[in-house]
Amino acid sequence: MTKMITLDDVTKRFGGSAEVAVRGLSMEIDEGEIVVLVGPSGCGKTTTMKMINRLIEPTSGTITVAGSDVMRHDPVQLRRTIGYVIQNVGLMPHRTIEQNIATVPRLLNWKAERIRDRVRELLDIFDLSDGLLDRYPSELSGGQRQRVGVARALAADPPVMLMDEPFGAVDPIIRARLQDQFLDIQRQLQKTVVFVTHDIDEAIQMSDRIAILNQGAKIEQMAAPEEILRTPTNDFVRNFVGAERGLRRLGLIRIADIEVEEGPVVQSDASVSEARAAMEKFDFDWTTVLEGERLLGWIDASDLEVHDSVAKTQPRPFSAHVVANDSLRQALDSIVTSRTHIAVVVSDGDKYEGILTMARISREIIS
Amino acid sequence: MSGQPFFRFDWVWDHRDDIMTRLGEHLELTLIAVFLGFLIAFPISLFAYRHRRVYAPITWVAGILYTIPSLALFAFLAPFTGLSVTTAEMGLVSYTLLILIRNIVGGLDGVPEDVREVARGMGYTPRQMLWKVELPLAVPVIFAGVRIATVTTIGLVTVTALIGQGGFGYFILQGLSRFFSTATILGAVLSIALAVLADRLLIAMEHRLTPWARARGGAV
Ligand SMILES: Nc1ncnc2c1ncn2[C@@H]1O[C@H](COP(=O)(O)OP(=O)(O)OP(=O)(O)O)[C@@H](O)[C@H]1O
Ligand SMILES: [Mg+2]
Repeated sequence: MTKMITLDDVTKRFGGSAEVAVRGLSMEIDEGEIVVLVGPSGCGKTTTMKMINRLIEPTSGTITVAGSDVMRHDPVQLRRTIGYVIQNVGLMPHRTIEQNIATVPRLLNWKAERIRDRVRELLDIFDLSDGLLDRYPSELSGGQRQRVGVARALAADPPVMLMDEPFGAVDPIIRARLQDQFLDIQRQLQKTVVFVTHDIDEAIQMSDRIAILNQGAKIEQMAAPEEILRTPTNDFVRNFVGAERGLRRLGLIRIADIEVEEGPVVQSDASVSEARAAMEKFDFDWTTVLEGERLLGWIDASDLEVHDSVAKTQPRPFSAHVVANDSLRQALDSIVTSRTHIAVVVSDGDKYEGILTMARISREIIS
Repeated sequence: MSGQPFFRFDWVWDHRDDIMTRLGEHLELTLIAVFLGFLIAFPISLFAYRHRRVYAPITWVAGILYTIPSLALFAFLAPFTGLSVTTAEMGLVSYTLLILIRNIVGGLDGVPEDVREVARGMGYTPRQMLWKVELPLAVPVIFAGVRIATVTTIGLVTVTALIGQGGFGYFILQGLSRFFSTATILGAVLSIALAVLADRLLIAMEHRLTPWARARGGAV
């Protein structure tokens, strides 16, 4: 895999301050990868990021983007090829949404026609209505503004995106939506992204790799989120990812990734004795009822006492219902909130896949 | 004074041509003063904005000019430049400087830091940044300065009547020297009306220039 961004022994000392903001940092970022920088306030995340587009000049060391030393580029030209998003978005209040999104293409002197088409394409990608084109930023909601900010950064299709707490200013529900949307878009675009956040959960969700930084941008651990959660290399990392490390790891495992349990199953046209046999096999007092592969619900032993066939019973719906694409964390949440011990797993709407028990999930936490 | 009515409309009617001439004079003195003042204040302000250290000394000098009583200033200049438009304008222009410089620099200072930062990050050159981001965003504050300078100048122009200029100030002076209240009132009312009108006009202009500032929520 080709390296898109490399930092080689990069140091930044701000004039007049004795503290070193970034000390001898080396890092390689692959093309198409999202690397998230996390760490305590003041550890040098923003400084590291801003050295990549030369908003801050390193005191020593070398930074390359797409194989060439950034110091050899004209900073203005360099910045036009790197998408940039910050927490407060920084939309131009005096420009309409259309003009805001068109900022970099205009700086690059694209033809008006091409800019027009590109702006509309981005609105579509970001699920923003055409009606917003002539509005000013002050007329938008916080979530819309953040999306416009990301759309603007992507306008000239830069290979690299720098995002400094891009979703920091919106409430958690909107943030979750923006994160999902960005990941969806990223799957298509395959940008190389450097993403800064305070929020370990956001880091876990957004990253291919996380770099956990200490003061002076010292890398304590840089690895895939799964690995950081499973085997933190030191106390700093362990403290930083927090006590809910196991729970967080569940958020990374999809139900489809593990083997779900088969559970007791009968067809809707089965006899009472077949249903009893299914329960006994698993030592349960209930069983799932299917019609072919389709989930109908569940019945328990007492239903079989009052009816003389499974067909006459009224299968009840499962209260904890998850799909194969959900994470184990979502499954756990669903089980706990429904106050049952199991969740039924379905795919493609109502195709039965199996059941997931609390015990099965806790095995994943421990492993 | 006795026997004369307080205000004689017939006198005003008889002098309507005179009023129009004085209006022209008043406008001319004002416009030239604000225009020249802006022309001088603008580059000084940009310089002070870029080189922060000179801002305090610049406003100190402009502040002194601003506090000299207008009459004293005219009296001081008259021996050199005579009872001329030049003398009047030198005084008037120097009064606009403090207001204009403060508002231009203040307007630029008020540009949100994140907007500036992200503009730099997207690849604006310093010049594009000034003309396309900072100055447009400073327009409301700069315009407020132009409005105050204009209104102040309209008031001050009346004083220049003492050195043979004066626009509507001519009527005030005439009225005072002849104990003729009609002329005094006419001069005062007309200069006030002109000031209010000019203010309104500039507000309307500003609104046209900054549609974004009126959008819901105002400036971000
Ligand atoms: N322009 C500057 N001048 C002097 N010191 C600076 C400057 N910018 C940052 N610093 C210092 O460098 C260190 C790193 O700052 P930086 O902004 O990179 O931290 P951060 O990790 O982004 O923090 P946060 O999470 O709070 O945003 C801090 O100690 C900060 O005070
Ligand atoms: Mg920061």
